[in-house]
Amino acid sequence: MIAEAGHYALVLALALALIQSFVPMIGARLRDPALMNVARSTALAQLLFVGASFIALVTLHVNSDFSVANVYENSHSMKPLIYKITGVWGNHEGSMLLWVSILALFGGLVAAFGNNLPLSLRAHVLAVQAWIASAFYLFILITSNPFLRIVNPPIEGRDLNPVLQDIGLAVHPPMLYLGYVGFSISFSFAIAALIEGRIDAAWARWVRPWTLVAWIFLTLGIAMGSYWAYYELGWGGWWFWDPVENASLMPWLAGTALLHSALVMEKRNALKVWTILLSILTFSLSLLGTFLVRSGVITSVHAFANDPTRGVFILLILCLFIGGSLSLFAGRATSLKQGGLFAPISREGALVLNNLLLTVACAVVLFGTLYPLAMEVLADFKMSVGAPFYNLSFAPLFVLLLLAVPFGPMLAWKRGDLLGVTQRLLAAGVAALVVIALVWAWTRGGSALAPLAIGLGVFVIAGAATDLAERTGLFRLPFATSLHRARGLPRSAWGTVFAHAGLGVALIGIVCETTWNSEYIATMKPNDVAQVAGYELKLDGLLERQGPNYREMIAQFNVSRDGEALSVMTPSKRSFTTRGSSTTEAALLTRGASQLYISLGDVTGEGAIAVRIYHKPLVLLIWWGPVLMAFGGVLSLSDRRLRVGAPKPARAKQRLQPAE
Amino acid sequence: MTLWFVFALMTVAAIFAVLWPLGRGARPDNQGSEVAVYKDQLAEIDRDLAAGLIARPEAEAARVEISRRLLAAAGSESALVPTSSLKWRRAAAVLALVGLPLVAAAIYVPLGSPALRDFPLAQRERGAGPGMAQSLENLVVQVQQHLEKNPTDGRGWNVLAPVLERVGRFDEAVRAYRNSITYNGESAERRSDLGEAITAAASGVVTAEAKTEFERAHALNADDPKANYFLGLAAEQDGRKDDAANIWRALLAKAPADAPWRPLVQTSLARVGGGGVTMPALSDETIAASKEMNDGDRNAMIRSMVERLATRLKQNGDDVEGWLRLVRAYLVMGDRDKALGASTDARQAVAKDSERLRQLNEGLKTLGLDG
Repeated sequence: MIAEAGHYALVLALALALIQSFVPMIGARLRDPALMNVARSTALAQLLFVGASFIALVTLHVNSDFSVANVYENSHSMKPLIYKITGVWGNHEGSMLLWVSILALFGGLVAAFGNNLPLSLRAHVLAVQAWIASAFYLFILITSNPFLRIVNPPIEGRDLNPVLQDIGLAVHPPMLYLGYVGFSISFSFAIAALIEGRIDAAWARWVRPWTLVAWIFLTLGIAMGSYWAYYELGWGGWWFWDPVENASLMPWLAGTALLHSALVMEKRNALKVWTILLSILTFSLSLLGTFLVRSGVITSVHAFANDPTRGVFILLILCLFIGGSLSLFAGRATSLKQGGLFAPISREGALVLNNLLLTVACAVVLFGTLYPLAMEVLADFKMSVGAPFYNLSFAPLFVLLLLAVPFGPMLAWKRGDLLGVTQRLLAAGVAALVVIALVWAWTRGGSALAPLAIGLGVFVIAGAATDLAERTGLFRLPFATSLHRARGLPRSAWGTVFAHAGLGVALIGIVCETTWNSEYIATMKPNDVAQVAGYELKLDGLLERQGPNYREMIAQFNVSRDGEALSVMTPSKRSFTTRGSSTTEAALLTRGASQLYISLGDVTGEGAIAVRIYHKPLVLLIWWGPVLMAFGGVLSLSDRRLRVGAPKPARAKQRLQPAE
Repeated sequence: MTLWFVFALMTVAAIFAVLWPLGRGARPDNQGSEVAVYKDQLAEIDRDLAAGLIARPEAEAARVEISRRLLAAAGSESALVPTSSLKWRRAAAVLALVGLPLVAAAIYVPLGSPALRDFPLAQRERGAGPGMAQSLENLVVQVQQHLEKNPTDGRGWNVLAPVLERVGRFDEAVRAYRNSITYNGESAERRSDLGEAITAAASGVVTAEAKTEFERAHALNADDPKANYFLGLAAEQDGRKDDAANIWRALLAKAPADAPWRPLVQTSLARVGGGGVTMPALSDETIAASKEMNDGDRNAMIRSMVERLATRLKQNGDDVEGWLRLVRAYLVMGDRDKALGASTDARQAVAKDSERLRQLNEGLKTLGLDG
């Protein structure tokens, strides 16, 4: 009954989404509040039904109900409970259900907390949201239904792909989807604005918290995915320029640009058309990512199944939404009134530069992702675009961007004083130079570019600190006054500081890891000792252990430095009988921000084992950076001016006025 | 019955979600407006000014700009008067009452299986599930689960291995036989069973690995019929037809008259005794299957086996016998070009090892390809 009730709940959600797609639109045209409010209650009911459907699927997985094909194909009765739950979205059908659940969640949030929106805008936004939802409900029900049954249920399931049996699966996909799908809200806002033919500074303020939420989750989701690949795949790499990774990076780049351009629009009523276009593009890139990953065009750990009908269906959705929204944009954009003028050297100018660099970087990634695919389809010629391409194209763009980052927040709106800002950033520049010199003197090896890149990272961080010092008057005013001003500073300003500093932190991590990473690859016998970056690793022995649904071979390493024992590291290889495959579980030892990393290869005949040991200096900074950025985003979101649904002091007064 | 009741309740809830706002008159409820945003921005400027974050002239300029937007927004907003359209509201209500259940039913009925109840595992282990016939596959799964927990249970592996082989899961059968040998100790029978499973996994080709197993079995018990039969088959596949015939003749001489495998060995003997070039090796089952095939299917089967051999050699080119077998197969299929190509590949693959190269050249000479 749970299975069928879950199935029916999904069907009802589709029926509700269909009603929500056009009744509120008619209501907005007739200016009938009751019809417009249908959007709100249906969005909430949709959330209820999709939520119920999702919970039903989770229950089925937890109960190991193998009469449901999806459970049979992706679960195993002996799997630990956590992986039974995360396995729900560790497969195509379940992950699509998670996708629409999050879509419904965002719709429900707009319905519940969108009190600060004009009625007609809310109705339009929710209607557009329902178009997207309807398309994906249909996609799930027709091509990827997770509730299909097996009449004679088998006694045991086929188990989840062992690589996915990891805590990372509990965090990475939900985060990433919250990001991907979250951008559907800014898309819906953009389409709603185009339909209403009216767009202004207020629109930017309304859409900003939603974009920010999506951006925070996408940032964390990408960072989490990268860390997961780092420790699970056993190669110690954290970014491969894999098309699937690019698929998540492109919406992030476009979304970051959108966040910044929405700022210009909110403060200065400028860049309106561009912001609308970016909203459309960001979500289009999210959809493109879904298509690339889900259609089986790209084979990877993310492509759970290759079914051509699914690819065609998503391609149709893609064409419909991207094509439709862009033609609507082309038709309406000219009628939008232009606002605020500004000089090239100004905060607006800096943000335009930011947008320019980010979108070009995004275009570069898009090209690098699609070009090999196009060549394969059109010319039947296999090629891959890898790190060298991006190092030559993406990296210089980002260097320019990072050079400009400290200037942006310090320039004044409308017309700024570049010379003044440069003077104020002098301290940061000097700090960067000192660090460059120090790093140069300290390390003789490695690329000559590395100290320069680290200096750039320091410049970005010091620049963020300078901005903060300027705003609080630190060193100029008495300390108590500065403290007072710091407390009075809007949280979004704090957010900017943290997010920009996060960029610098991540850059330093990336440079250190790629330049001074040392590795040791060999076959080791018990009692062999490996020397890596001043650490001594002694292989104590190999032992076998039985896990819940796998057998694992563990190698035990005693780690010491200068004769002093530090820790025991136990990398292992797990073999999963049901799928007949195995995974390597790397062992990590964290020292400060650096890590020792051991992963195992194959056992040779004489009881020796292939071992890869890496020392990765400051590698953790790569992920602390994005976490810092996300923290900045959270601070900015918690700014009371943006807080979603929180009563605003000005509102109470406004409601007393009868004219409105 | 309860299921339909739950469906009905859910449908009513969904309809209610549409009807509820329609029933709540035309009074404009709380909604935000642009005016509120601009007033907020004005308040923000005051706050920033008080905190000393911006200078007075900048604040004044910003205030003027925002006030201009505020006036424009207030002007356009007062023009929007809410109306109520009873006709459309009724239409929406009818849509919810009739359309929603219709759409839901139209989609659910062809997709869903309302007659099928849930089968959570806990319930099924208590044996409550009707129609849960203990199929062979389920039994295999149960034995595998048992062995997963007690991997040293040799008897379990002994039971499992032949069953796996019978249902065609040869790779797993090989693993099971190996485990059986590990935990039960070795015997001629188990070694030759393992060899047979390896051969079956290689689609009837007695690989070097399988041959080792048969040789071990032969060393343990020189009269083991299975080992002898497959050693003969290996000789045949290597092109040593006389050796094969000798092995099989000896086997038949010692065999009891009522041995069930007698006819098989006799036909094999006839095959090598009949002379002519033999086809690439086929196991008994595949031969039996191929007898029922028409010529086209049989050729397809042979072709696929030859291709498999070719791919295996591409990965591991050390196997001289394998190369010779491949060249011979191409010659039998009348594809002289491919045979020549394969012999060139073979020479490249073993070029580093002079002993192997010599073997290869001799073999190729006997096949009529100049060495």
